Amino acid sequence: MRTMAELFGAAEKGSISLGEAALRWQMAESRQSEEAVKARMAQALAVMKESVQAGLDPNLRSVSGMVGGGAAKLAHPAQAGRFGLLGKAAAYALSVAESNACMGKIVAAPTAGSCGILPGALLAAQEEQGFEEDALVMALFAAAAVGRVIALSATISGAQGGCQAESGTAAAMTAAALVQLYGGSPRQALDAAGFAIMNMMGLVCDPVHGLVEVPCVYRNVGGVSQALAAAQMALGGLACPIEWDALIGAMKDVGESLPLSLRETGEGGCAACSFCAP
Amino acid sequence: MDLFDIIGPIMIGPSSSHTAGAARIGKITRMLLGSQPVEARIGLWGSFQKTYLGHGTDKALIGGLLGMEVDDIRLRDSLSLAREAGLAYSFYNVRLKDAHPNTVVLEVADELGRQVKVQAASVGGGEIVIRSIDDLEAGFSGKENTLVITHHDTPGMIAGMTREIAASRLNIATMRVFRQSAGGQALVALELDSPADPGLIERLKALAGVYHVAYLAAREQGEE
Repeated sequence: MRTMAELFGAAEKGSISLGEAALRWQMAESRQSEEAVKARMAQALAVMKESVQAGLDPNLRSVSGMVGGGAAKLAHPAQAGRFGLLGKAAAYALSVAESNACMGKIVAAPTAGSCGILPGALLAAQEEQGFEEDALVMALFAAAAVGRVIALSATISGAQGGCQAESGTAAAMTAAALVQLYGGSPRQALDAAGFAIMNMMGLVCDPVHGLVEVPCVYRNVGGVSQALAAAQMALGGLACPIEWDALIGAMKDVGESLPLSLRETGEGGCAACSFCAP
Repeated sequence: MDLFDIIGPIMIGPSSSHTAGAARIGKITRMLLGSQPVEARIGLWGSFQKTYLGHGTDKALIGGLLGMEVDDIRLRDSLSLAREAGLAYSFYNVRLKDAHPNTVVLEVADELGRQVKVQAASVGGGEIVIRSIDDLEAGFSGKENTLVITHHDTPGMIAGMTREIAASRLNIATMRVFRQSAGGQALVALELDSPADPGLIERLKALAGVYHVAYLAAREQGEE
């Protein structure tokens, strides 16, 4: 399952979900039982939940003082209900990202800098729709399979491919996971991932002072909104007009053509602006 | 690369390379020393040097030296925990040639005065490479079951070690041998397909000419 086409083929062949195909692949790869592999993913989900809660502390501050406490504002009941699921997903994505910036415990998904997007969307969706724990675990397997394809075919490192490689990949993983969770087909899930890659393409990695804080934590909110939008399009019956694997190839090319100043060196983009203390 | 390299590692933020990788380097350095360090002199290079405070790289390295894993929440407070544990540390800016931007040089000593010097790089996603030990080239990731043996460079040493490994019915995946000069101190780094038994490590330590044996157990998939 090194390409999106292969991943789709594995699901089609077994008439199973992407998550189920990914689970079976992981069992074969690690020579472990279904129970053991699922328990490991459930452990990741448990840490994701803890990280959402940890980040909601209004007094949280990063070492530099640039970020922390933002998620507490967004999660306030007066704020979180706005724009439907997006309000809560935004609050939770920011919460995990701020928790990470403040030396909290997180699950890299696929990286630490982009760790808020996947849990933000999935845990907000669970609260809204009452999805079973097992459904979330299976959605995480689908997400992981998509992320692995991007990591193998392109890159998930901001230093190599810009923020599109980190939060873009996280958005693609999340879009696929959401589609599976909401009952879409494997094709729809991969279309959603394709839309997310398309819409995040070109995003640069420009951390202020070289730290995983600004704009990173806010890009997690941007990424979760892109993931929701991509899932919405795919579930609504829109097919991704560009081949999934071609989009990943394009993202790789775009990443390689970015100047070094826009690849995690803390020189260009937001990092080149004067920073206003909050 | 498997699915838990994508959803994972579970770690203390904010950076897989500057925090998780740094903690891992600290932990492996402790294992190479083989005991609790009481003194650590740590040189930072490149991006480590420029951004270590904001990324908690210093806390992660010290936490690792105290034996903490990458997901140990106590990493946050490791500097004060080091004082309680009697570990005196200092950081300085080191100048290196042709080194990876996230490189650190650690010189640590234990209560008995045993010392080890380790140069390591955090190469992304929490992965690390131990570049050298006591200025002898090394080049292993610490992901596999790894035996690191420092010894006197004399004919038959390698044969003696591999005989013991064969006696434990272990398969060697990779093996690297380095030395400062003929007849001087040498280092062997071996990666094994399966875990080494305590008996093997004792037999290796007992070989004439062996100075020190360190064993790093693989980070077993699924073992939490």
